[in-house]
Amino acid sequence: MTQLALVIDLNVCVGCHACVTSCKEWNTSGVAGYLSDDRPYGEDPTGTFFNRVQTFEVGEYPNCETVHFPKSCLHCEDPPCVPVCPTGASYKRPEDGIVLVDYDKCIGCKYCAWACPYGVREIDTHQKVMKKCTLCIDRIYDEALPVSERKPACVLACPTSARLFGDIHDPDSNVSVAIREEGGYALMPEWGTKPANHYLPRRKTRIRIHEDELVRSDNPLKKERERPVGPVREQTLDDVTSW
Amino acid sequence: MIVLTTLIGVGQGLFLALYAGEWYMRIHSGLRDSGEFYVTASVLSVGLLIAGLVASFFHLGRPERAWRSAAQWKTSWLSREVIVLPIVVALVALYGAAHYVASSPDIAPWLVQRYWTLWIGGVATAAVLTLFLCTAMIYACIRFLQEWATPLTVFNYTLLGSASGFTLATALAQHYAAEMTLFFGVWAVVVTLVALATRVASLIRNTRSRRKSTLQTATGVKHQHITQRSQGLMGGSFNTREFFHSASPAWLQRLMWLFLLLVFPVPILLIVAGLSVKMTGILTAAFVAQYIGLLAERWFFFAQAQHPQNLYYQTMG
Ligand code: SF4
Ligand code: SF4
Repeated sequence: MTQLALVIDLNVCVGCHACVTSCKEWNTSGVAGYLSDDRPYGEDPTGTFFNRVQTFEVGEYPNCETVHFPKSCLHCEDPPCVPVCPTGASYKRPEDGIVLVDYDKCIGCKYCAWACPYGVREIDTHQKVMKKCTLCIDRIYDEALPVSERKPACVLACPTSARLFGDIHDPDSNVSVAIREEGGYALMPEWGTKPANHYLPRRKTRIRIHEDELVRSDNPLKKERERPVGPVREQTLDDVTSW
Repeated sequence: MIVLTTLIGVGQGLFLALYAGEWYMRIHSGLRDSGEFYVTASVLSVGLLIAGLVASFFHLGRPERAWRSAAQWKTSWLSREVIVLPIVVALVALYGAAHYVASSPDIAPWLVQRYWTLWIGGVATAAVLTLFLCTAMIYACIRFLQEWATPLTVFNYTLLGSASGFTLATALAQHYAAEMTLFFGVWAVVVTLVALATRVASLIRNTRSRRKSTLQTATGVKHQHITQRSQGLMGGSFNTREFFHSASPAWLQRLMWLFLLLVFPVPILLIVAGLSVKMTGILTAAFVAQYIGLLAERWFFFAQAQHPQNLYYQTMG
């Protein structure tokens, strides 16, 4: 079994929205039709996106940090959005675990959007069908592309390589290793949706220094006096190791 | 959705009342020439169900593909509803037709006074109850919509629909078949009271429930103070339009009291008054009040649900 997924490293993401724009660019130009926008340069712009980068402030000023949080369909292993779809337009591909919407079958009832706890499905207000991330299904299997480019557009665009793409069911894949070794976690585990996409947490590299390590307790230069002469005449360990 | 669920609720309730009334009359005094009443009420019930169906088309993005929605009945309650609703319409229509034939001896004398209507009605009752279950489960099956994910949702949909149907039946009976008015009136009050109990129970449950999803589980960051600074858009999106309502908590609270008044005590008082002075007008007013109350009730039901996705859409910027 294969389950393709993204792993997003919150430690690295700088919130530049490159993934958002490249996703939009790729997916609005594909065979499945455009992702509609309204008033893109007007007062109240709105549009359909597969991927959004949100920003959260953790803590209170001045003890706070900014977390940029890219969010797209998590391609859940147990997707609650799929069984509710009355038409079968929403489905999960058995071969690679990608959750897709068949735009030719969708009736735009929005039930699936209500049944997704993550708010990643968006109705296209012009085509009146439900849209969501496809993991760039039209890129990743395209043999006309060089192997290195058979990845989702967002992954290729990320300037900091905060986005990894691979099969989380293969224990040796880059994503599985990252999840296992860098503390990858799933969003809202409480609903049992088993998201395939994982997030890597903020991580700080710290060395642990004990107080006595900051001062050399045996530094002879600290003491301006004759070295004590012990009762023993021959060399001590101190005589040979300290200077 | 509000119009759909309340309209088909009345339609289904009206049929249940009708069928219960038929049993009552057969047991107590035999069917008299109230054929006109059954036929009128069945036609009305079918009309309400179809009106609900039409209302449901309006909210679809692609109504021309609506037929596809019957495909996933194995997993989707919405699909099941789409299948059961036309079955209910057909059975209720058949029930009305059977009464029409039975009450017009010159069409088919051999049909008169048989128990056909009871058989058809029995099957239709099962279909109506299934439809209540399907409609309510559409909402109750989404486990993270905590306000909806309870068996009380099923009871509320069934009982509130039945209550409005019995109230309407009372008004109709006063006009067409006065001997049944008291039966319908009493049961309308009883069903309304039971519905009051389950609806209040769900209101209490919802004020007490604790939210399982928080910003911490939504982002996976363990900190008591997480504030959203941007949601990745400046002018709104589907996610900010579909799942939020603009009503203030105070307004919601007022709406709650409004529906609690209009759905329960007002129609009960009007039914009692209407029964004592035997006036169709007052009984009709009872139904109208209850129906308006139900519209408010459904609005409140939808507004009360707090979708976990809202955690991701709190601040623009
Ligand atoms: S993230 Fe939402 S839309 Fe994507 S598979 Fe999970 S439930 Fe479905
Ligand atoms: S909006 Fe489309 S994909 Fe979603 S549940 Fe309805 S028919 Fe299925």
